[in-house]
Amino acid sequence: MTQQTVGEAAGHPPYLYPDYESTRLRAPKEPLIILPKALSDIRGPAYGRGTVGGLDYDLTRQHGGEPLGERIIVTGRVLDGDGRPVRGGLVEVWQANAAGRYTHHKDAHPAPLDPNFSGAGRCLTDDEGRYRFVTVKPGAYPWKNHDNAWRPAHIHFSLFGPAFRSRLISQMYFPGDPLFEHDPIFQSVRDPEARKRMISHFDLETTEPEWALGYRFDIVLEGREATPLERPHA
Amino acid sequence: MSPGRGLEPTPSQTIGPFFHDALLERDPTGLVPPEHPGAVRISGVIYDGAGDPVPDAMVEVWQADAAGRYGSEGFSGFGRSGTDEHGRFSFTTVKPGPVPGPDGTPQAPHVNVSVFARGLLRQVTTRLYFPDEEEANAADPVLTSVEDAGLRETLISHDEGGGSYGFDVRLQGDGQTAFFEFGE
Ligand SMILES: [Fe+3]
Repeated sequence: MTQQTVGEAAGHPPYLYPDYESTRLRAPKEPLIILPKALSDIRGPAYGRGTVGGLDYDLTRQHGGEPLGERIIVTGRVLDGDGRPVRGGLVEVWQANAAGRYTHHKDAHPAPLDPNFSGAGRCLTDDEGRYRFVTVKPGAYPWKNHDNAWRPAHIHFSLFGPAFRSRLISQMYFPGDPLFEHDPIFQSVRDPEARKRMISHFDLETTEPEWALGYRFDIVLEGREATPLERPHA
Repeated sequence: MSPGRGLEPTPSQTIGPFFHDALLERDPTGLVPPEHPGAVRISGVIYDGAGDPVPDAMVEVWQADAAGRYGSEGFSGFGRSGTDEHGRFSFTTVKPGPVPGPDGTPQAPHVNVSVFARGLLRQVTTRLYFPDEEEANAADPVLTSVEDAGLRETLISHDEGGGSYGFDVRLQGDGQTAFFEFGE
């Protein structure tokens, strides 16, 4: 078998996970080349400040009416590998609607589209590394990976941190989903403790009375604030 | 969670097939406008292990400016492109200058390239180098760390003339591109 990568040792999935069929022709098979340590914490990219609008965090207010479904608040902190907050980091999310359908033209699931829901949002983290989205709980949806394959409800997250190596795309799941054990994408993360780090927590403090359930999801990125590389004086 | 050492990272998951509206709407593939002095085009095709193009990938680039500075005023150095039905991505940018590497050794001009796609549980990361930089390439600390000559060759783009550089990425199989990861 191929050797374990540094990423796998940290809890990331392997590239090749045959139960997730699309990995079979897309996973690299040559061993990864380890970059010198001095390049590992290279800073950047700092990105996105100019590209976030004031209401981009609220996926329930992007159209004339309110989307159908269970209104939820998703919030948490983005931290670096040292536990320091990632400040002003761009967080992008996308998800299916409450019926399990994406607005994407390639989504063929015969569930209703919601004219009041596009399912894409973005925001920047504050000085404590905190982000916050208002949305509706996404539905589970079928996919063609294997017979009777269904994805557990999830929200896709895209994140930038202090270093180039911090770049992360992941998925946030909801607690207690019965589909976890049947989902090869969730199961591709081999360490059960690492899998737990992708599951949000119901949070009564985030929950707003008469309005929306609250879920907390903290995210830890690799890398740390690096000392900028010494530049030789001209 | 108190600030300390060694928090375990949130695991990576695939970008899946439905990211386009969320990630590609506002992000131009032009790092500079086409009329910018010295503008170059970088483009290529992503191939899978069967040699078929990957039409549903996202490619991110990140690079220094022409003077070798990252994140300089007015030039983020960051770009995103989807791949089209033929698996093709493209960017308009400037050729980066040499940037200082470990121990002050200059690194040859290069562009950091990451590919995300359905079927990739984590992004793959590579580097695009330039064919007209033979001397700098021969001294580059990353290029020289790739011992296999065939693998090293996959990191050098092709001069397609008229300020265009071609850079195909093969995820798997014959001629697989060299991919990197960061050491601890
Ligand atoms: Fe999804």
